[in-house]
Amino acid sequence: MDTANQVWVSSLAREIYERSGENVYLCFQCQKCSSGCPLNFAMDYTPAQILEAVRLDQESLVLGSKTAWLCASCETCTTRCPQELDLAKVMDTIKMVSLEKGTSALPKVSSFYKSFLQDLKFFGRIYELGLMMWLKLKTREFTKDMGLGMEMMKRRNLKLIPHFVRPREVQRIFNKVEELERSIK
Amino acid sequence: MKYAYYPGCSLLSTAAGYDYSFREVCKTLGIELCEVPGWICCGSTPAHSTSHLLALALPLKNLQLAQMTGAEQLVVPCAACFSRFKFALSECEKEPQLKKQMLEILEGPFPEGIKVVHPLEIFSQDDLLKKIKSAVKNHVPELKLVCYYGCLLTRPPKVTKFDNCENPVTMDKILSAIGLMPQPWSYKTDCCGASLTLTETEVSLKLIQKLIDQAKLAGAQAIALACTLCQTNLDTRQKDIEKASGNSYQMPILFFTQLLGLAFGIPPKKLGLNKHLTNPEQVIKKFT
Repeated sequence: MDTANQVWVSSLAREIYERSGENVYLCFQCQKCSSGCPLNFAMDYTPAQILEAVRLDQESLVLGSKTAWLCASCETCTTRCPQELDLAKVMDTIKMVSLEKGTSALPKVSSFYKSFLQDLKFFGRIYELGLMMWLKLKTREFTKDMGLGMEMMKRRNLKLIPHFVRPREVQRIFNKVEELERSIK
Repeated sequence: MKYAYYPGCSLLSTAAGYDYSFREVCKTLGIELCEVPGWICCGSTPAHSTSHLLALALPLKNLQLAQMTGAEQLVVPCAACFSRFKFALSECEKEPQLKKQMLEILEGPFPEGIKVVHPLEIFSQDDLLKKIKSAVKNHVPELKLVCYYGCLLTRPPKVTKFDNCENPVTMDKILSAIGLMPQPWSYKTDCCGASLTLTETEVSLKLIQKLIDQAKLAGAQAIALACTLCQTNLDTRQKDIEKASGNSYQMPILFFTQLLGLAFGIPPKKLGLNKHLTNPEQVIKKFT
């Protein structure tokens, strides 16, 4: 869509557009996203309400809401939106803005993301045991799913020894991405 | 036919049965797999939730590596990895600026001309369906089951270009070809909660329970699937949902490649069927 003449009343909407190319002003509140969302029952605001809040520049509501963090990226909303808004990408972008401001409405979920990427950066491939340790240290839920973990170990579904794959190249990708992201801002 | 093969992290650990059974089935069907040398993680949800650029760079790096095998097509069995590869290619195609940025991040040329495919797309081609039928060695039972595709193979259709996004049929076609009886049900592409199971477990358990309940209502004695995280969630969480609901489950959850392997007469252990938490014995013993 041509946004050359767009008046960005909401600075949050503008920020999301600049980062993702998605324009929330396209939404006409048909509610298809929200009725099809498999996680809607657990959310504090529906995806359509979040879009409306972005349009009204309600930054603290949007960044304080669990909605984006509960989004499982199942892409149902993106698939069904009649305005072809990529809602899953908007949800991702809300998470990015939150993290940059140092907040997260569901710290366990953001801790998982961080632990996963730390693991990936270190080993090149995901080493599940290491990921679990990192996550447990961050969330302090030491006994959660221990029984399940033991069952998985018994069946050798979790590797004991990690792979180390292309450590220098992976590190380079992470560094280059960071560098580029800084230069864009 | 030769394919480059990207297993992805889960196929080395929690979904090892998918890797074993896929390799075995390909061997039987005369499909040559060439593992991508030194492949790295695709980044999955944690990458695309935190950095647009990282989410594209990791799959593209793997595509560059895949081209070193000389194959024209890359097969990616994990639905989550498959989706990340497809996204990386389609986003860069849409936006030349992104492609430029990717060239800056990655050393070497942009991985043009290699096609990303899913095993379901390969096996559902007419000539392969014929081959699959003629490779059946065991007696295949008239087992009623449901095919569960999950989210990321079909959605968004513009990106994955896979089957039909609301009612996919490739897996149903393949499993019917060997004589199994896939049942119609309306939960083929519903979400299992993905990685939320690790963090917001209670929320995810509700989705998992709904799927298994609906499979039962459709008359299924087993669920066949093609996604690693769906398999882990549905297979390993049945005790938790039994505790929460008071119902009894014991629904075997199998990769579609494991079912093909059983029909081809491959020993269950070679298909990783000893790794499941919900015992699939009642399905295995029906193949004689």
